Order: sequence, then structure tokens, then C-alpha cells
Amino acid sequence: MPRLDKRAGDVLIWFLLLTVPYWLPLAGSYVELGTHVVVYALAAMALNFLLGYTGVLSFGHAAYFGLGAYGAAMTIKYLYPSTPLGMLVGVIVGTAAAGVIGLMIVRLRGVYFAMCTIAFGQVFYFIAFQWRTATGGDDGVSAWHRVPLDLGVASVDILNNPEAFYYFVLAVFAICAAAMAFLLRSPFGRTLLAIRENERRARFLGIPVDRHIWMSWVISCFFVSVAGALFALMNNFVDPRALRWDQSGNFVIMAVLGGMRSFWGPLIGAAIFLVLQDYISSHTENWMSFIGLFFVLIVLFFPRGVLGVMRRRTAS
Amino acid sequence: MTQLLLFNVFNGLIIGAFYALMALGLSLILNLSGVINFAHGGFMAIGGYLAYTLFSYLGFWGALIVSPFLVAIIGILIERVLIRRLYGRDPLYSLLLTFGLAFMIEDGTRFIWGAQSLPYQIPSWLAAPLSSEYFFLTGYRVFMMLLVAAAVLGLFVILNYTRLGLRIRAGTLDLETVSVLGVNVRVLRNLNFGLGIYLAGLAGVLAIGMLGLQPTIGDNLIMPSFIAIIVGGLGSLPGTLAGGLLIGVASGVTSVFFPSASEAVMYVMMAAVLIVRPRGLLGEEGRF
Repeated sequence: MPRLDKRAGDVLIWFLLLTVPYWLPLAGSYVELGTHVVVYALAAMALNFLLGYTGVLSFGHAAYFGLGAYGAAMTIKYLYPSTPLGMLVGVIVGTAAAGVIGLMIVRLRGVYFAMCTIAFGQVFYFIAFQWRTATGGDDGVSAWHRVPLDLGVASVDILNNPEAFYYFVLAVFAICAAAMAFLLRSPFGRTLLAIRENERRARFLGIPVDRHIWMSWVISCFFVSVAGALFALMNNFVDPRALRWDQSGNFVIMAVLGGMRSFWGPLIGAAIFLVLQDYISSHTENWMSFIGLFFVLIVLFFPRGVLGVMRRRTAS
Repeated sequence: MTQLLLFNVFNGLIIGAFYALMALGLSLILNLSGVINFAHGGFMAIGGYLAYTLFSYLGFWGALIVSPFLVAIIGILIERVLIRRLYGRDPLYSLLLTFGLAFMIEDGTRFIWGAQSLPYQIPSWLAAPLSSEYFFLTGYRVFMMLLVAAAVLGLFVILNYTRLGLRIRAGTLDLETVSVLGVNVRVLRNLNFGLGIYLAGLAGVLAIGMLGLQPTIGDNLIMPSFIAIIVGGLGSLPGTLAGGLLIGVASGVTSVFFPSASEAVMYVMMAAVLIVRPRGLLGEEGRF
């Protein structure tokens, strides 16, 4: 029975995602919000690959998100106007940076690891902020836009048609989600779970723990930079706020809010968080206080997240 | 050239002293309670703003003395109500909670005192340069250095020669044993948190005479404080102090030759330390 439940949940989520352009306007909103949610959901799910399934806390994922975004934006603006090429460069830049930094911090654990990810995350913020000639500094990279996809036989106008762009983002999301699910089900993914549950025992079993954590870190950063590249395409713009520390905090709270121990949790967390943020920031100037309060309340009263609580209910 | 270099070394030393003051507070809390206090910069801002408000009632010296204590009391209350509940849980949760607190404090200060930058009047005899040749050596800067030195010395005395300090140091090594020996660990952590926040408040009061006052004042100091802890070594207060001064001077010296890299050099130092000596300069082996 629980197995059937899980299948039903998967089907329901995919059905809802595929039909967003049909039901979201009925709920009084825009397709763009759906795109926003899917992009952030990918980022939060990527973080959760590391946080929820490997048990390693990173508070600096915004850096690789932002590198993906800047890589895509600057490629399209300066190098060659092609959406897939921009994404490719963004993802390569983000993943490469993560690979190098990962080597330095992979030996650390717990709070120490988290603190180093925070500190290293800021490096790229400062670079984006100070390197005015290339990144535009505080003003960001503007005056460029995503380019319609050319598939040879037909071209898809993802620039002017928001629904087409939504489905483009959803397609990328689907590939990434499937890849993550596949990895988590593989022996490699099971090994990550073993490390999360008991690192010492995993080490005794002869598992090269540091190497696995490094790989999990790089995979997680790879997917988060895909999300970052999509983020830049979505806004046709990127500025240093994309890679500041508060962005990292947003990813973590999305994962926690939805449920860190479940695959779809971060998606649900991202949807709740963004709808709420949208609502609060359009109603009050002091939205920062409310978001901060929201963080505090979740930590105190809702640490298991939506899916964590639901699973508990059904189990008891 | 030598004067420029000297000027920047001195400047770096002052900035480094701030980093060290912030980092020592963070370190105290982290070592005993395992909490990374993301809101530390926020507490620093409160210290500055309270001093600004108290200034008109108590004057410069009164504000300097009273404001850090008030901030410490706020910190103690927040620890009792919120942070205490998260001890022993995944560090993720305390990080998220203090992260939310940082948001609330920044927005709160903006709401109460306004978003624009506020000036802070220091006594004129302190603002004047001490010598015409070394114009950068104003009385206030020397005074700040002395006060930071006094605060560090005071912390050293508290930790080494009082019962509270002894317990804090023992608790850092083995909290369970300290608890078994009959020390009230909850009170100990509470006071320790207050002590750390006091240092943040003091940094705030001192900083506004130099940097001016805006709600994001703590943002620029919190990251270097993290770096100071990492460079100096987790778990070691002397290391944290050395780390703060070191990165301050390094970034001061770099700004002579390479102004745009003065931030980057701190991160380069952190990377170098992590590669060569992951536990930090004075950190203990195997603590983390």
C-alpha cells in the first residue's frame, strides 16, 4: 500500500506540474510564478541531494547558483547568443568552481563545513560586485535576453511565449529530477545514505567517505548551477543578489520547510515559500521581518517539514 | 611610500581588531554551544544604534559603557527564549534560526532608526590627529585600539581567573562532565552567550565612530569574522584573535598594492590555511 501511495504521489505531482499553464491562471496568478517555483525547486532539490541524502550541511549554495546564472548571462551577452550554449557554460563554470572548493573543505565536518561553505560562498559575491568591467558590479548583467530555441525543423519561441518557456524549464527540471532520482537509487546513492546514517560505520566498511562526500557535493552544485542558469534566462538579467548568502538561506529553508527526508519535499517548500514571499512583499514594506519570523517559526514548530509530518501521520 | 604602508598596516590593525572582537564573541558561543550565530552582525548593529540613542542622554562615555550591556541583556533574553531550545539538535536549525533573527534585526533597526546613514559625534579632542607627520594616528583610533586591547585582556582574565571562565573553558572541552560535576549548564551557556554578545555590542559602539551607522553595518564584518575563526583555528580563542588581526593587516597591506584585491586576500588566506592546515593555525587536531 505505501508503495502505491508513493506512485500516486509522483503521478499527482507530475500531473500538476504539466498542467500549470491551465490551472494557475484560474487561481488568479501567472505562469511566470510557476516558472519561478520550478527553478527554485530545482535549486532546493539539488541542495537536498547533499543536505537530506548525504547529511552534509551547505550554507553557500547560492555561489554556484549565481555562477551558473552569471556564466549563462555573460556567454549570451558577450560570446554568442545561444540559450543552450549559455546554459552549458554556466553549468561548467559553477561545477568547476565547486569541484575545486570541494577539495579544500571535504575533510571538514558539521558546523565547520557549514561555516567554510558560507565563507567561500561570499568570494564570488565580492568578485561579481567588484569586477565592474565584466560583471557590471552592483548593476548586474543586463541588456541581453534569452534566445529562441532552434531545433532544426522548428524553432520554439521561449523568449516571448511564457508558456513555451515554462515547458522548457519544466523539461530541464524533469531531466535533472530523473537524474537525481536515478543516482539516489543506485548503489552510489545508497552509499550516501549509509554515510548520512553512520559515517564511522561506513568508513569501517571500507567506503572512501571523503571521496563520496566530494562527489555528492559536486553533483549537488552541478544541479544548482543548472537552476542558476535557468534563473538568469528567466529574468533576462542577473545581479550579485543571485549569489549572496541570503539566497543560500532561502534554499535551505525551502528544503526544510518541504521536508528534507523526502525527494519532493523541496519542491513543496519552494512553492510555499515563494507564494508567501510574493504575498508578503506586495503587502508590507517590512517583508524582511516576516520572512525572518517565518524562519524562526519553522525551526521551532515545524522542523520536519510538510512531507515529514505527513509521513509521520500515515505511519502512526 | 613607507608612510603609506605604515598607514595601511595601522588601518588593517584597526579593522583586524574589529574582526577579532566580533570573531571572539562568535567563537565563544560556537565553542560552548555549537551554534553559529548568524545574527552576530545584527547584535553589533543594535549596539551601535543604542549608543546613538543613549548619546543624547548619557553622552559619549555613558553610551560607550551602557550600550554593550543592554545588547548583552537582549542577547541573554533571546538565548533563553529561542536559542536554548535548539541545543543538541542538528546545527542546521540554529543556523536557520539565527539567520532569520539577522533578517528581523536588520529590518527592525531600519524600522526604528530609519534606513539612512546616521552620523555619530565623537569628542573633538579624540578626533584630532596626534601628530602632524602621522596624520592617520588620530586619538580616536588609538583609543579604539586600546579599548579593544582592554576588552581582550578582560576576556582573558575572565576566562582564566574567574569561576565562570573556568567553567566555560571546561565546558568547551567536555560539557557533559561539567554538568555531572554539578554546574548548571543552562545558566553557563546563557551567560556565555551574553558574554559573546557583549563583545559584539562593544564592537558596534566602537565601529560607529569610524564607519557611521546604517542597518547593514554588521554585514561587512560578519564574513571576515568567520574567516578569522577558520584561519585561527576552531576551538581556540587565541587563534581567533590572531586570525582576526592577521587578515586585517593582510587586507590593509594588500590595499596599498592592489586595492581591488583587499577583500580577496582574506579568502586566499583561508584557502591556503584549509589546504595546508585544515584545523587552522592554532586549532586542535581532530576537534571537528
